[in-house]
Amino acid sequence: MIDRVWLIPALPLAAFLVNGLFGRRWLGRWTGPLAASALGLSAVGATLVFLEVLGGRAQSVVTLYRWIGVGDFRVDVAALVDPLSSVMLLVVTVVSFLVHVYAIGYMEHDHGLPRFFTWLPLFVFAMLVLVLADNYLLMFVGWEGVGLCSYLLIGFWFERNEPAMAAKKAFVMNRIGDWGFTIGMIATFLVFGSMNFREVFEHVDIASQGVLVLICLAFFLGAAGKSAQLPLHSWLPDAMEGPTPVSALIHAATMVTAGVYLVARSTPLFQAAGPALAIVGAVGALTAIFAATIALVQFDIKRVMAYSTVSQLGYMFLALGVGAPVAAIFHLATHAFFKALLFLGSGSVIHGVGGEQDMRKMGGLRRKMPVTYWTMLLAGGALAALPPLAGFWSKDEIVGAAFTNGYPLLWAVGVFTGALTAFYVTRALWMTFHGQPRDRHLYDHAHESPAIMTVPLVALAVGSAGVGVALGFPPEGGFIHRFLAPVVEVAGHTAPEHVAVEYGPILALAAVSVVAGLVGIGVGLSMYARHRPDPSAVARAAGGLYTVLVNRYWVDELYDHRFVDAAKAFAGATWAFDIHVIDGLVDRLGWVATGAASLLRRTQTGVVGNYALSVMAGLLAVLALYGGLATGVIGR
Amino acid sequence: MTAVPLPAFIAVSTLLFFIGAAGVLMKRNAVVILMCVELMLNAANLALVAFSRRYGSVDERGSVFVVFVFVIAAAEVAVGLAIVLSAYRNRPTVDVDELHQLKG
Repeated sequence: MIDRVWLIPALPLAAFLVNGLFGRRWLGRWTGPLAASALGLSAVGATLVFLEVLGGRAQSVVTLYRWIGVGDFRVDVAALVDPLSSVMLLVVTVVSFLVHVYAIGYMEHDHGLPRFFTWLPLFVFAMLVLVLADNYLLMFVGWEGVGLCSYLLIGFWFERNEPAMAAKKAFVMNRIGDWGFTIGMIATFLVFGSMNFREVFEHVDIASQGVLVLICLAFFLGAAGKSAQLPLHSWLPDAMEGPTPVSALIHAATMVTAGVYLVARSTPLFQAAGPALAIVGAVGALTAIFAATIALVQFDIKRVMAYSTVSQLGYMFLALGVGAPVAAIFHLATHAFFKALLFLGSGSVIHGVGGEQDMRKMGGLRRKMPVTYWTMLLAGGALAALPPLAGFWSKDEIVGAAFTNGYPLLWAVGVFTGALTAFYVTRALWMTFHGQPRDRHLYDHAHESPAIMTVPLVALAVGSAGVGVALGFPPEGGFIHRFLAPVVEVAGHTAPEHVAVEYGPILALAAVSVVAGLVGIGVGLSMYARHRPDPSAVARAAGGLYTVLVNRYWVDELYDHRFVDAAKAFAGATWAFDIHVIDGLVDRLGWVATGAASLLRRTQTGVVGNYALSVMAGLLAVLALYGGLATGVIGR
Repeated sequence: MTAVPLPAFIAVSTLLFFIGAAGVLMKRNAVVILMCVELMLNAANLALVAFSRRYGSVDERGSVFVVFVFVIAAAEVAVGLAIVLSAYRNRPTVDVDELHQLKG
């Protein structure tokens, strides 16, 4: 199957083409099952590839064709299949498949259904190209592809203003990151003469430290744009204007992890550029706590999840920064499951209550939608990192790695953020599912979602519960370490042998994290279930801090006033320059021509006699001149 | 046979040419203008033949040139009359002063 690995992205591409060309006219409702079955086959293929890699084919390159060959510049369309990409393949295809199935139910009544199932497989195709690419340029193709699909899907309901604006915002902020990616790519080529991963990583020592730091920071800017890290995070919460399956697939499980994947893939580069890695870790930690604090006070259920995603992505970058790329990818995989589940669960709630997203109007819904409730509770537990759910294994590994690798400050941030995470997820789930119904009408009409939506929820719940222990047990020496370590660890940088792991400190660190999570849950329950202390009283007591959080640190306002307004002013100035100077010049030239023409046109009388007269006069003039010259009347 | 002196030919030719030119300039009927053009061409022919007789060598190049002018004239009349005809079909007139759609 590895040799036919290109079938995996080809299937979603085929689904995209068929649905795009024939969906609207002929397929209609059948576009959904078609796309979902293509993705199902892809997932099967990805599983086979994964098993083959597991069976010993540690690294293989599958070249499809030579894409560019100009002098020394050679780029192939080639897939690099190794443990890292096979894990990503599996996560992307499985979660995509489940989201596609779910979307068949969720988008059932939407008139744009064929369009939806055109862009969704296209997105998966682009993501798979990104994951499979064996060089930066091909990766960039997928990178841009997912950005485009993200734009198309966030703005899916473009008839309304907000989704259109959100789509634009996401696209522009991603472009800023892509600019960094481009710079990094060009610099890589200039320094190493190649964009191929293996060739670059083999010669990483020919570059000076400064150049490497520059390249890595450029790539990290790209990663920050795609993965919604500070300061390019603000597009992701707005992206919740898109349909919920899109939020689950793109803005939780796959596209936003592309940045993490990029940095993990480039680990040899980042390892060689020390300071860059420290910046990655610091930005990750800052983003994690920043977004978690905002998530504390949001009332829109999807926005809580969105900020939670930003925060969890921060954790992954923290892991990369402290030199634990395996933990980052591990968390990426578990997060893909439980965050997709939380989003799909939120979507199920929104679907069940007729489009309401404000948690203040919900409450008590667990009696109406038990499947959604139990699966989301499981995912919430995983997010809060309760053992033995998936999030516990991966997140604890990140926090533990921060401590053991000598970053106690980042460790403290991680633990504190863990408590915040546990608090906001408790708050969100309690407000939605427990207590008394706050809106009687809403509650009476609430209903559980159909099976096509709840079955993917259950499947994801199994993943959220089991993936962590399956991959990550025993801690620091689990399956995923043995599997991924050869890819992300550089020769000479090999971490201490995993065989002789000290379990004492690990258990102590895990205990601290779990206690932090339990404290978060406890505070959440006490505030929202018993009103001790009452949430609104706490909000009043916090005063200014609460205002800051509710307004999301005024980041959007800051960007609007500083950058957007400046850009608009600049655009206005260039527009004026274009209209008055460039166009003005052309206009004036035109006026000269028309002025001259309006004088000259008088000679064109249209009367044949006049023309004949002028011919005759010309003849006479020529004759007179000739005669004058010949007879010598006109001297030379 | 008493040779007619060359200046007489030239005088007649010049007279014919200017009659034709005046007709081209002053007449309004397109057909008459074409006839006047014909007159001018034949004035030139007369001059060519006369010069050819007076100075010509055996091969009479001037006379040969006249044959060319005939051919050109025939073609010119054919094209000219065709234009006049289509102009007439377009607007029922052959008065060139009324055919001034190309006025700038």
